[in-house]
Amino acid sequence: MWQFFHKLGSPKWFYGIANRFMPWLFWLGLALLLGGLVWGLAFAPKDYLQGNSYRIIFIHVPSAFLAQSVYVMMAVAGVVTLVWRMKLADLFVKAAAPVGAVLTFLALFTGAVWGKPTWGTWWIWDARLTSMLILLFLYLGVVFLGSAISDEKSSARAVAVLVLVGVVNIPIIKYSVEWWNTLHQPATFKLTEKPSMPAEMWVPLLLSVLGLYLLFGWLACLRMQTEILIRERRTRWVKDFVSTGGH
Amino acid sequence: MAFDSLQAFWLMDGHGPYVWTCYGVFLAGLVGLALWSRHRRKVVIREQQRQLARDRQDQGESTPAAAATFSRIHPS
Amino acid sequence: MTARQPGVALVTAQVGTASAMWTVVRRDLKSSFRQRQDLLNPLLFFFMVVTLFPLGVSPEVSFLQRSGSGILWVAALLATLLSLDHLFRHDFDDGTLEQMVLQPQPLFLLVLAKTLAHWLVTGLPLILLAPVLGIMLHLEGNSIAVLCLTLLIGTPVLSLIGAIGAALTLGLRAGGVLLSLLIIPLYIPVLIFGTGTVAAAADGTPVGGYLALMAAFLVLAITLAPFAAAAALRISLSNS
Repeated sequence: MWQFFHKLGSPKWFYGIANRFMPWLFWLGLALLLGGLVWGLAFAPKDYLQGNSYRIIFIHVPSAFLAQSVYVMMAVAGVVTLVWRMKLADLFVKAAAPVGAVLTFLALFTGAVWGKPTWGTWWIWDARLTSMLILLFLYLGVVFLGSAISDEKSSARAVAVLVLVGVVNIPIIKYSVEWWNTLHQPATFKLTEKPSMPAEMWVPLLLSVLGLYLLFGWLACLRMQTEILIRERRTRWVKDFVSTGGH
Repeated sequence: MAFDSLQAFWLMDGHGPYVWTCYGVFLAGLVGLALWSRHRRKVVIREQQRQLARDRQDQGESTPAAAATFSRIHPS
Repeated sequence: MTARQPGVALVTAQVGTASAMWTVVRRDLKSSFRQRQDLLNPLLFFFMVVTLFPLGVSPEVSFLQRSGSGILWVAALLATLLSLDHLFRHDFDDGTLEQMVLQPQPLFLLVLAKTLAHWLVTGLPLILLAPVLGIMLHLEGNSIAVLCLTLLIGTPVLSLIGAIGAALTLGLRAGGVLLSLLIIPLYIPVLIFGTGTVAAAADGTPVGGYLALMAAFLVLAITLAPFAAAAALRISLSNS
């Protein structure tokens, strides 16, 4: 068990494994995502209430869903970093944070554009959009703190502490924003809450969520490889690897 | 197909601009992220190749033994 | 900066944890009373930010009554944020902090003591000043009382969460701005419940439940934040 753990913690081992998995992650993710999107755009039936604007759901929900779960994954990796000092875990936190920030931005953007035909305005201080905005702030804090500390080791650990503090706060933030929302504007029309979605709608949604997950895996692997090359640049294997062409 | 014609698909009953803007920004964001991440790895590899070449020049061409003195560390 | 700091040498192995904490609190109070400017700055800032709202938005009584509690809360939050940079900075610059990390007493309790001292010199004066500003913003007596109560429960949470940010950004060049960026999102629940409770009191709703919820935040912050701040301090010190 421990041997496996140590092997898992070895950047060299990970680099090779990632190389083997990445084409699968990429092509499968791309196929699923594009399949889901084309299905959702062209073949899924029109929503009786919102018309065709609801088709934004097929990108809004995957981005929002992934943005939230990436933060949780980062928190898990943060615990591993602080408790077991596993190298790969802190590499993951650094690699995933910018991706999470972009996904959060995309969720916000698509939510705002969706709001225009639905609510008649670009922005509403709706509980979901507001907590997404705060999540974006949290991501940006992680990204900026990580790049402000030059020492790689303490940068990784400081970021891990921040992510953990953030993840403890996220439920509290969510709860308080929802409470605040009911206080100021009772019962707005929720974008994504439907009593029941027909299969022609949720199957493509599921496909695009899965596809985006796999693509995130690919991106995370790619970015972790980059971090590994930077951090292990003085080791023998990176030098050999680089001098043989880096493939 | 939920639409009668390509024209209808494009317009989406007047919601076309919103839907297509969203899809455009989403795909642009993902493609940008992918290209940027790939580019970064390439840049790092190229930078280190250059560094290695420079080191080799500093030490002279005929000292592979010197390179072997780098300790083989795999801390985990 | 004066090289001689009072009371550092007192924290030794023979000293119990409680008296070590007490020493830290007393020492921090003493040294902040020596630099009165640092003490006064957040208060003046608080006052001035509040003054900006009638000037910038509207001096109408109805507007001020409606948004007064929110203005006061936001200004108090910003004033706390402004003062956070000093929380560990002086001790970091003169090396006291490294001594503190080496003490046998648990670091998180010493951090808690430092945070308490910080609250005593920034949070508490804000609460004392708040009723005056509340009257200037035409708040009703009941609202002012509830506002002070929410500030009393809320500002320690601000100091505690802020200690984490101050510890994380210690010794960084762009520390001050980064600190705000890291901490403001974490302040949002406190702000929401602080102003929401005052609004509920103005509507005549009983506020006991909300105050209890804020107290729960405080308990959570007291139990968790010092650990995180202590961990962050160790990381920042190993970095420099």
